[in-house]
Amino acid sequence: MNPPAADPLAAGLLERLPLLARDALTGALPEPWRWVANGLLAILAIIVVFSSLFALLTLAERKVLARVQNRPGPNRAGLPLTRFRLGGLGQPLADGIKMLTKEDIVPRGADPVLHFLAPVVLLALSLLTFAVLPYGRLLVPVELEAGVLYFFAAGAATELALFMAGWASRNKYSLLAAMRALAQLISYELPLLLAVVPVVLLAGSLSTSGIVAAQAGWDLGFLPRWFVLTPWGFASFLIFLTAALAESNRSPFDLPEAESELIAGHLTEYSGFKYALFFMAEYLGMTALAGLGVTLFLGGWRAPLPFLEFVPSYAWFGLKLLALLFVFIWIRATFPRLRIDQLTRLAWKFLVPLALLNLGTAALWALTAGWGPALQPLRWLGAVALVAGPFVLLGRGLTAGLRPRTYRFA
Amino acid sequence: MIALAAIALGTLAAAAVALALRDLIHSALLLIASWVGIAAFYLWAGAEFIAFAQVLIYVGAISMVVLFAVLLTRPPTAPATPVRSGRTVPGFLAGGAVLGLLAGAVLSSPLPAGMGAAPAFGVRELGLKLLGPHAGALLATGALLTVALLGAVVLAAGRGKEDAP
Amino acid sequence: MSPLQACLLFSSALFSLGLIAVLVRSNAILVLLGVELMLNAANLNFIAFWRYGPAPAEGHGVVFVVFALAVAAAEAAVGLALVIALHRHQRNVRLGDARRLHG
Repeated sequence: MNPPAADPLAAGLLERLPLLARDALTGALPEPWRWVANGLLAILAIIVVFSSLFALLTLAERKVLARVQNRPGPNRAGLPLTRFRLGGLGQPLADGIKMLTKEDIVPRGADPVLHFLAPVVLLALSLLTFAVLPYGRLLVPVELEAGVLYFFAAGAATELALFMAGWASRNKYSLLAAMRALAQLISYELPLLLAVVPVVLLAGSLSTSGIVAAQAGWDLGFLPRWFVLTPWGFASFLIFLTAALAESNRSPFDLPEAESELIAGHLTEYSGFKYALFFMAEYLGMTALAGLGVTLFLGGWRAPLPFLEFVPSYAWFGLKLLALLFVFIWIRATFPRLRIDQLTRLAWKFLVPLALLNLGTAALWALTAGWGPALQPLRWLGAVALVAGPFVLLGRGLTAGLRPRTYRFA
Repeated sequence: MIALAAIALGTLAAAAVALALRDLIHSALLLIASWVGIAAFYLWAGAEFIAFAQVLIYVGAISMVVLFAVLLTRPPTAPATPVRSGRTVPGFLAGGAVLGLLAGAVLSSPLPAGMGAAPAFGVRELGLKLLGPHAGALLATGALLTVALLGAVVLAAGRGKEDAP
Repeated sequence: MSPLQACLLFSSALFSLGLIAVLVRSNAILVLLGVELMLNAANLNFIAFWRYGPAPAEGHGVVFVVFALAVAAAEAAVGLALVIALHRHQRNVRLGDARRLHG
């Protein structure tokens, strides 16, 4: 990991703990090799941490869904070869062994090279996005001047892997589902990017650590200056969250693999290890998008209250990330799936106009940054009106003439 | 230089194979690989922003349009015999001549030989340039993109009646 | 051979490949992709001359490539829409068959 701009010695011992551990491991090496070893160690740390997070996330998702639906969820598998069940904590291990020992089937008419490459490319690209997230005050794996752009460039290429999977399977359901997935991903790429642009505008930086640095400080002595706590930032955050759900194929936007309509979409012809790779890439993509949301809107690794700053920054990042992931699971348990026409209409007629208007609001916010304390309430009122007014009007306009469905035979 | 040679060879090989293949999907995917190679060249040259923009625009957007176009215009049955355009030999001759001309000109010109330090032209400087002296061109590009979007929709949508076979 | 010359040779080869594709292939999509390749070769030249040119701090090459990328995106969208329109008219995308206006 690169040494950041801040003076590392000024931070506390807990804050420097990961760096100290790294130096203890690689400190003996001569200079060019040390740099290489540090890079490899960062890659290894990211892979290990987020792979185990993925394993725990699959279990957490099933447990939370079960809790919402009033059933116990997986609770049998525990420590292998013992009688300790630990509330089902061994489930990811059992799932992994099941996936690895399944037969890997390639359809006869399939394109074997592309069929193999699709999950590999997808996983590699979703791992690439983790490189630019600032995990802590001193933990930025790669410091890029255009970090946000890099994140989206790596994320945009996942569409290609989806197409490869659908086309290489030589199955009409796979291809149809892949085309639908592409339509969805392209539709939601737009609001996702448009929701990020106001943040870049206000932070004046495309680098992720620059955006975190722009959210430093406290209002009134205790309110953090996170972007989500401004009118435009709140609207941006909601648009970002919706688009991120759609980009990571999560319910209520999980049409690409809607098992009740399209068998399993582009995953139909995948089994065993390749299926597990797809699964893992999907969860990693969701985690990366949640991490970007934390960085852009929720202050990154910053503590929520001034007196809590003694807790190391990476702990705050982890807590916020887990909270956002919990929201994702919660949404999955709550909302029914959308239809494909509703899905695209939501993106093009609702989210994109709102995001564009929100960009204007953010520009006004930036222009009025110099207003004195007397004019601040006016600034807030104006911004709130600019955010809430179009939301209400557009929502009314789009749902005019629609009533809740009545079930006569239920 | 070794990195440059590797990038160049990879990009050229991907592009050459892509343009020679018969299967359009494979050629499109290989061309996308060569676009990634070009992005790697931009990274090598120190143009970080351009490299990521290249990946975002070419690999994320144009590739999708190309793949959709390939799938939409595929013949219902594969043609029995590959169609010869009859321009193979003249085409290769013309391409080779252009390559020879360009290479000769490059190798014989007195070009600056130094391996200069990486220039200090980051994202901030690029943004200041784009919104300062080039703001008019930026607006014109926006208008061009909007017009192109509308034009593409009109062209591809057709008049509706002709769609029925 | 200086690095600038190496970059220029790379872009020349890429340009020639695009040219050969445009001249030899008869599929409209591949011809369009050949044009894209030639455009990319031109962008490569801009970046190379910016990197080794006399005034890299001015960044003219980078600014030009930004605009060229935007225009390339517009070109690809319109070009592929044309290909789809062509397919609607003649049921294939062979350029040799598009001779309806041929006198």
